[in-house]
This record gives sequence, C-alpha cells and structure tokens, in this order.
Amino acid sequence: MKKQVFEGLSSAEIDEINAEMSHYEDKMAVSIEALKIVQKYRRWVSDECLIAVAELLEISPTQLEAVATFYNLIYRQPVGKTIIHYCNSVTCWMLGSDQVQECLCRHLNVELGEMSADGEYTILPIVCLGACDHAPVVMVGDELRLDITEDAVNEILGR
Amino acid sequence: MEKMDKPLTKNIRPDRAFATLADYESTGGYQGLRKAITELSPKEVQQWVKDSGLRGRGGAGFGTGLKWSLVPMDANVLQTRYLVANADEMEPGAFKDRLLLEQDPHQLIEGMIIAAYAIQAKIAYIFMRGEYHLAAKRVENALQEARTEGYLGEHILNSEFNLQIYLHTSAGRYICGEETALLNALEGKRATPRAKPPFPLVSGLWGKPTVVNNVETLCNVPHILQNGVEWYQGLGRGSDQGTKLFGASGRLKYPGLWELPMGTPIREIIEEHAGGMRDGYKLRGFLPGGASTDFLLPEHLDVLMDYEAVAKAGSRLGTGTLIVLDDKTCPVQMVLNLEQFFAQESCGWCTPCRDGLPWTVTLLKDIIAGKGRIEDLDTLAGLTRMLGPGNTFCALAPGAMEPLQSALKYFREDFERYIVGSHAVMESS
Repeated sequence: MKKQVFEGLSSAEIDEINAEMSHYEDKMAVSIEALKIVQKYRRWVSDECLIAVAELLEISPTQLEAVATFYNLIYRQPVGKTIIHYCNSVTCWMLGSDQVQECLCRHLNVELGEMSADGEYTILPIVCLGACDHAPVVMVGDELRLDITEDAVNEILGR
Repeated sequence: MEKMDKPLTKNIRPDRAFATLADYESTGGYQGLRKAITELSPKEVQQWVKDSGLRGRGGAGFGTGLKWSLVPMDANVLQTRYLVANADEMEPGAFKDRLLLEQDPHQLIEGMIIAAYAIQAKIAYIFMRGEYHLAAKRVENALQEARTEGYLGEHILNSEFNLQIYLHTSAGRYICGEETALLNALEGKRATPRAKPPFPLVSGLWGKPTVVNNVETLCNVPHILQNGVEWYQGLGRGSDQGTKLFGASGRLKYPGLWELPMGTPIREIIEEHAGGMRDGYKLRGFLPGGASTDFLLPEHLDVLMDYEAVAKAGSRLGTGTLIVLDDKTCPVQMVLNLEQFFAQESCGWCTPCRDGLPWTVTLLKDIIAGKGRIEDLDTLAGLTRMLGPGNTFCALAPGAMEPLQSALKYFREDFERYIVGSHAVMESS
C-alpha cells in the first residue's frame, strides 16, 4: 500500500472541533470529541493526526496520547469500515457471547482486532451495551442488534 | 392525564416509538419546571426534593435534595456552578437509563433544568457513553426542541433564569461513571478518579461547584414538582419513596425492565414480571443491582428492593437491575467473567486495583483450569479484604470484590470441586 502524504487536518475537521470548543471553559476538554471527529473521517487516529489535534488544542502530543490510549472507542491502528462490537459482559456471556465471537471471527476469517481482508470489518469486544434483556447483543457500526443467533450473524455479514 | 403510579415510564409506548415534545407536553410535561421557576425559589425546590425522600438512582443512594443543598450558594452570585447528568450507564447487567434516554428524552431535560435552577447552574452537561448512538441522536434533537420552545437558553419561561445544556458523548470506559473520574473525562483527560475531599459539590468541574446526578434520579424530579411531595412519598412500598426501574436478565422466561414501587419484593420481579426461570433451569442466586453487588440466594426472594432491605440481606440495591444465576451456569466461571471486566476497566491509578484485579483473574483461571490449590481460596478471600473499602482510591475494586466474596461464601463447593478434581487427576497420574 502506498503511504499517504499527510496534509494536515481537513477544514471540515477543524471546523467541527472548533465548534465543540465553545461548549467548554478549556480547549483540552474537547480532546475526546476531537479524536472522535478525526475518526469519523478517517476511521482511526494516526500519529500525524494525533500531533495535529494536539497542536490545535495547544496541548502536548503526549498528553493527547494519554487520552487516546485510555478510551475503548479511540482507535490508534487501522480498523475496518464497520466495527462489530460484541458484548462480552456477564448476561451476554451467560447466553452465548463466546459463540457469537467465534461465529463472527470464523465467517470473516479474522482474529479479534484484525481488519478483514476486504477492509470491511473489524471485530472487537465491548463491555455491557445496556440491552441485557435481549442478550446476546452486538453493535454493528452505530446500530445495536438484539437477540443474536448464528442466522443473525449471517444476515449482518450479508452471507 | 398522568398515569399516577408510573410517572417515569408513562410516555413510553409498547412499540418503543419515542415521545416527541408534543407527546411529553400532553401528559403534563414541563409543568413541573413552570411551577419551580414561577412559584418557588431555588432553596424551596431543594427543600421539596429533600422532603420527597428521592435518593440517587445510580447506585450509591445519596439523598438528592441533600446533595443539592450542600452546594455553596451564598458567596458570589456570579460564581459558576455546573450540573452534570451521568448517562454513562455501563454497569454489566444495567439497562435502565438507555430506555429513559431513548424513549422520553424531554423528561431528563426537564429534570435537569429544574435541578440547575435549584443550584443556580448556568451550564449543564449530559455525559453519555459513546455507545448510546440512538440515545445521543434523540437527546440532541430534544435539546434543540427545548431551545426553540424557550425551555432552554436565555430567560427560560420569561424568567431571569438562563441555562445551556450540552451533550458530551464519551469514548467508553466503565470508570467514567465514577463521579470524579467523570469530571476528569469531561475536562478531556484520562478518567482517573480524584481525591476526596474536596467533594465535587464544592470543587468539581474546573474547580467549580458541581452536582452530578444519575439520569433516572433527574427523571424523577419533574414529577415531584408537578404532583407534590406527599404524592411521591405515597409511591414506595418499603422504607424508600417513589418508583424505580427494575430489570432482570439471565435465563428467565421474559427478561425485561419494569417501573415498580420502591420496595417491591424480589420474588415479584423474578417470578411475576420476568415469568420465572426458563423451562429446565432452576434459580441458584442473583446479583440484585448489577455486577458490583453481592450474590443473594433463593432464600432472599422475599427481600424488598429498597436500599435498607437489600443491604440488610448482605448486598446492595445498586442499579436495581437483577442478574440471575441459573443451576446450569457455573458460579466460578460467572465470577471470572465479572472479574475480567473489572480488571480490564480498572483505570490503573492505584496499586491494589491495578495489580489485585489481574491477580484475582489469574487465580480464578487457574482454578477453573484444574491448576488451583485449596490455599488459593484463602488468597482470594484475602484479596477481597485488600481490595475492599478503604484500601483503594475509588469504589471500583470494592465493587469488584462484592460478587467474589459472596460467591466464596455461598458457592464454595463449586470452587472446591475444581480443586478436588485437579488433585484427583494429579494423584492418579
């Protein structure tokens, strides 16, 4: 793969980050929103993006890296177009989250955290998604999917 | 007309279509706010909520009105104060706030405006976990509607009171639900808890007085103002006031979530509302209020779901969402799943939690793999003390020890079976 030349954050990214800043007393407060805005456009946060965001917020890249590596939904390596998060907390575990994970990974032929060969998917575990009365559950991109079975996995993956 | 016995869910329809502003107003929505702002002083609103007996629904159960009354109000009228709604629901087994956020967002917003008026905060935040995408969309829309209708912004309902509410969506970490960790997260930092004192009520967000209330707590507030303290007190069945969202999950016939009076017996929730266990399964125990509460047994089914009764039985009401253990699920493996969660979600700030939780996981894994020794059970019991209240920086590790300590007490034979089994293998080899 050819290495992309980093030309800085886009004006759309910068505008959105600046808009969030007006909600807080302090620029650093938007660090998480800023990283999420970058991810909305680029799926993950590269070193170059991290440094550019740090400059915009007037904090050190190390400070921002401390934040980026703390939160589960900030990705510091490339991820697929759609991330499928499967819940592995207690009720989903009891009702078959291990099988859900096995099924997802087998169908896509990936390990956890790995991007599928076509770049479409990454499978990651997630803590309780707050739908325990419909366990096991997964989140496909932004969408919560309930009562997951092998058939539901096939349908989600379109096969 | 308001359905008087189920104030929190009266707008929630079986088809799960969400309540619009018009729906919300048609059942009395924003009348509580009108009364607070036009008829009562901030101090009087605090007193109403104090008198109602409302206690925090996030798990700790601190008196809501009392919390508000501890905010320094005297000094300087220009003093900035903040209100934060804790919508970071991430306790395994808890699924109550998502319903309130997705189905009736104006109820939370009205509760927040009244709370902000009571403490004279001009800026409020909703701190919502990043995974609640649908809730975020609906809350953002509802905030916009409330601004357009004059419930939010400058001169609310033609009064002198101004308030802005901003939605902050987080990026996932259980520790963000801890109120001081939440404040650090809101300031854009790692969500490590802060030392207390000073308490956030005095020095919170950017060092300013800050009240953090759970979503469900705030959703109670409009109804107290609208229908009065006496009405609210009449809703509870035990020693606590009001209603609560109770849930049950696991191998039940009809797992779900129901608004019921505080003090509803556990048996009624599990056997009537959830329809009892699925065919072929027996009830072995349950965590009454989420992952960080002690196991209780079938003999505790007649305990009332309120703060005191559950505490007396040896556990905590927590979030009020029961996780049921059936007779075909191994309690040791269930505890391992819980401890893996807590070990992963530890922020790493203090040593007992950072090192003790992974150690707990290792011991449990070894036991399950048949490599455990009987002394390991003493080590685990020792860890429940070392990671218990008073030895850690925040409540995460003590919470993590609750299911473990009660499992060691109630399900010891299940632990021993793995160990005895492993010895038998060793002897025969």
